[in-house]
Amino acid sequence: MAAPTHAKVIIIGSGPAGYTAAIYAARAMLEPILIQGIQPGGQLTITTDVENYPGFAEAIQGPWLMQQMEAQASHVGTRIVTDHVNAVDLGRRPFRLICESGDVYLADSLVLATGAQARWLGIPSEETFKGFGVSACATCDGFFYRGKSVVVVGGGNSAVEEALFLTNFATSVTVIHRRDGFRAERILQDRLFKHPKIKVIWDSAVEEIRGGNDPTRVTHVRIRNLKTGGLSDIATDGVFIAIGHAPSTELVAGQIAIKPSGYIKVAPHSTATSVPGVFAAGDVADEIYRQAVTAAGMGCMAALEAEKFLAQHETERAAAE
Amino acid sequence: MSVGKVSDANFESEVLKATGPVVVDFWAEWCGPCRMIAPALDEIAGAMGDKVKIVKLNVDENPQTASKYGVMSIPTLMIFKDGQMASRQVGAAPKQKLQQWITTAV
Repeated sequence: MAAPTHAKVIIIGSGPAGYTAAIYAARAMLEPILIQGIQPGGQLTITTDVENYPGFAEAIQGPWLMQQMEAQASHVGTRIVTDHVNAVDLGRRPFRLICESGDVYLADSLVLATGAQARWLGIPSEETFKGFGVSACATCDGFFYRGKSVVVVGGGNSAVEEALFLTNFATSVTVIHRRDGFRAERILQDRLFKHPKIKVIWDSAVEEIRGGNDPTRVTHVRIRNLKTGGLSDIATDGVFIAIGHAPSTELVAGQIAIKPSGYIKVAPHSTATSVPGVFAAGDVADEIYRQAVTAAGMGCMAALEAEKFLAQHETERAAAE
Repeated sequence: MSVGKVSDANFESEVLKATGPVVVDFWAEWCGPCRMIAPALDEIAGAMGDKVKIVKLNVDENPQTASKYGVMSIPTLMIFKDGQMASRQVGAAPKQKLQQWITTAV
């Protein structure tokens, strides 16, 4: 096995938080290494129009934005590695990382920017039909629903964006939401309510996804009205789950303080975690805003805090010698 | 062996009538997770050599085959043995998991 690679700063994750941390760390001459993970570019690579990232007057494409961030991080001196971190040891510094390729890295400081993954409903029938009519990625799978009817479950930005996107293919889109109002941005809500192909069913939760097995396909969803308790069936060819995201913390579980909500705990107005030298930025640590621009902001903070941490550490070591 | 391409036109000869197992990657240009697993499949194809044939089928250009096998999500990977679908994997997964799935199924 090759000798471990040592770096002052290693960034795990390649969304807006990771790349922004890399840009700042590289410009601080810390020669950062960024390990991209299984989804290079992060969640924005499975979106389409991005209309709320400042600096772009016209709508831009999520995958394009991430290519730009990657190129910028690379230009200023980040070493970008296409690999996935399978294990970390935060027990002592330098922190030790083992990647899927078998490569081992040692890091004096670490930025966790592992982001979040789509949540599923967690009902057995969802698993049965995953890939046969149940999806969590409208941009991936909308194509297969040309001329068909679909259901979108959820009420946040992703649900409303996916519903609007699916109107490009489907003849009808039904949004099913647990509450009687959306959390999504008002501008998106307005577009949704005005759209002739979209209708909304409020106060309802999906109990079961039903279909046939020859071939395996979805035929309808059974929903329960949470106010009246009444059950009803909605005929549909596809079900898109957009009920939010869960922070990806498996890598550090048990080694770092995690909030009851599942997000990594950071100090107020800081990205410092419970382990000195480990910083967390973006959706893995932000349970409130979860925007590309706030993730980028936290990435910047993490890099500046890592730089300060390394400088302090250096001073202490010099004083001790 | 590198990852080859198949189409609606040659699916039968290249996949169904192939000698030995064939992994088919149903994908499209606009699918982010499909692009994610492409390098892993290239590496697996390289490492496994003659033991397995791995091919890609673009669902945009070849809707018949995708529809015949009920593909409603991409990436979807299928392993064909003797003209029959032997195993199916939906969604992107890390290289290790894909490797394991292929090794177990072939």
